[in-house]
Amino acid sequence: MTAYAVRRLLQTIPILFIISVILFLLVRTAPGGPLTSARRNPNVTKEQIEALEEKLGLNDPLPVQYGRWMGGVLTGNLGESIKFRRPVNEMIAERIPNTLLLVGVSFLVTLLLAIPIGVLSARKPYSFFDYAMTTVTFIGQSIPVYWLGLGLIVVFYITLKNPFTGAHLFPVGGMNTQGKSDLLDTLWHLVLPVAALSLGWIAWYSRFLRSSMMDVLHEDYVRTAKAKGAKENVVYYKHALRNAILPLVTLIALDLPSLFAGALFVETIFAWPGMGRLFWDAAKGRDYPVLLGVVMITAALIIAANILADLAYGWLNPQVKYE
Amino acid sequence: MSEPRLRESGLTQTILRRFFKHKLAGVAIAALAFLALTSVFAFVSPYSPTVQEPANKFQTSSAQHWFGTDELGRDLFTRILYGGRVSLAVGLFSTFLSVALGVVVGSLSGYFGGWIDSILMRLTDAFLTFPAIFVLIILGAYLREQQVPWLKNSVVIVVIIIAALSWMWPARLVRGLFLVLREREFVAATRALGGSDLRIIVRHILPNCIGPILVSGTLQMAYAIITESGLSYLGFGVQPPTPTWGSILATAQNHVFRAPWIAFYPGLMIFITVMTINYIGDGLRDAFDPYVVHAEK
Repeated sequence: MTAYAVRRLLQTIPILFIISVILFLLVRTAPGGPLTSARRNPNVTKEQIEALEEKLGLNDPLPVQYGRWMGGVLTGNLGESIKFRRPVNEMIAERIPNTLLLVGVSFLVTLLLAIPIGVLSARKPYSFFDYAMTTVTFIGQSIPVYWLGLGLIVVFYITLKNPFTGAHLFPVGGMNTQGKSDLLDTLWHLVLPVAALSLGWIAWYSRFLRSSMMDVLHEDYVRTAKAKGAKENVVYYKHALRNAILPLVTLIALDLPSLFAGALFVETIFAWPGMGRLFWDAAKGRDYPVLLGVVMITAALIIAANILADLAYGWLNPQVKYE
Repeated sequence: MSEPRLRESGLTQTILRRFFKHKLAGVAIAALAFLALTSVFAFVSPYSPTVQEPANKFQTSSAQHWFGTDELGRDLFTRILYGGRVSLAVGLFSTFLSVALGVVVGSLSGYFGGWIDSILMRLTDAFLTFPAIFVLIILGAYLREQQVPWLKNSVVIVVIIIAALSWMWPARLVRGLFLVLREREFVAATRALGGSDLRIIVRHILPNCIGPILVSGTLQMAYAIITESGLSYLGFGVQPPTPTWGSILATAQNHVFRAPWIAFYPGLMIFITVMTINYIGDGLRDAFDPYVVHAEK
């Protein structure tokens, strides 16, 4: 299994290399450039701009620039933000925990709701509950996350207020109220962003789990479990669910990029100080080192999660052998 | 005498009949056609989607302005109709492009196998691990600044970049289908009769993949429409003054305290469109799946 993990890691090297070359070329050959605002500024002289270009190494041939950047990446240095004059490492390191908190909590909420909904729907297919959930999941899958986020702000911040104090029901900006930094306050700030991010995923996974449960329920071992008199909950949640959930593991790994994409929208709407928000700000300011850093880190995170999912799959399903 | 004719008209008719048995899919296709027609005939509206009338800004719904007006006094209903043109066109064309690309990659990979398969699938995997939205944003910002005349039109850019980052799903699907179908007797028979590889792929295997490809096409289109609106919402998609549902939503966000309805309508249109496409996909899936038995309702 260790050998397998190592081989998978080695396989990611060419993938990461291709990604990095394409991105680097795109980003570095784009006109506009990081010095656009400096060029527009009448107080900055031409000589100063040239000096700046020289200092930032923007005049070197592209392969040299790539080599310098990649050398930095390999030694754990993603360069310096052109706009903020700060190491990109530092900026990303600040943001990663916030994004992981948002994505992690949303993911937990998703599983906690999607699994029971999926199992209950499969248990009584074509019942009222099942039809109701089918409709809700169709709605959940079709709502764009940015519209849902705005809608939550309109309803829970602007329209509905606490009837006694007139205060807003939920905060909609950032992670903490000014001057507070306790966990409870952060959780309070998480409610609406997590709701916006989770709904679509709850819909998608409960739907998937329903059909996967329906397949499993015809299997012999389910009939055996029922015949030997096991409690219904045990049959569904222990015998059936354990097998039905297997394909979900692979699916989740494949969906990770989309989960990060959703987080980007949610972070922009709710001013959540995560990597997505950092990326969006950097894209508007054409802050290339930050853009490249965020994409590389996200791609690496996704690849790592994919490998973990593969290993988890083998752990959950002993039939799988790693050659 | 009549038997051969029955067989000839059989398949398409059966599929159509099965599709319309899925009542919601029938309703959905009518709704989508209606949406498409209203945006095609948007010019019937007495208002312009771009001319500003600051005196009329932030009006709520009325007989003159069905959805009210926006922050520059433009009729929101008219702007949403014109925005529908962009969203539906981007959805349609990027789906065609990405499915076409996916079918080519998937059939080459699945039919020939070997090193062609290895290379193409490695490439597919690389694209799949990409956090697409990040790359879409970079590409959106990049291509817009190029000095190529036909790329100046931001709608074309958005179609290309969405297709460039979504062909992997149809490719994997088609590859899977080809892996199974290429082993079947009718393929061996055609080969024995001297049919070329191209002929086997195009005339014999591909027609058998139409159902799943159509279903994945609907998923693709729903994805494309949501992505286009999202990109425009973030400011890296179709650029103003061309109205799109995403860019209307983006400006609405700045005025959400004063005029929340401006944010409501464009999002509602995205939602309804995606929902109808999803229902059509559901109907197609049932129609092409020989194992689905419809409960008599």
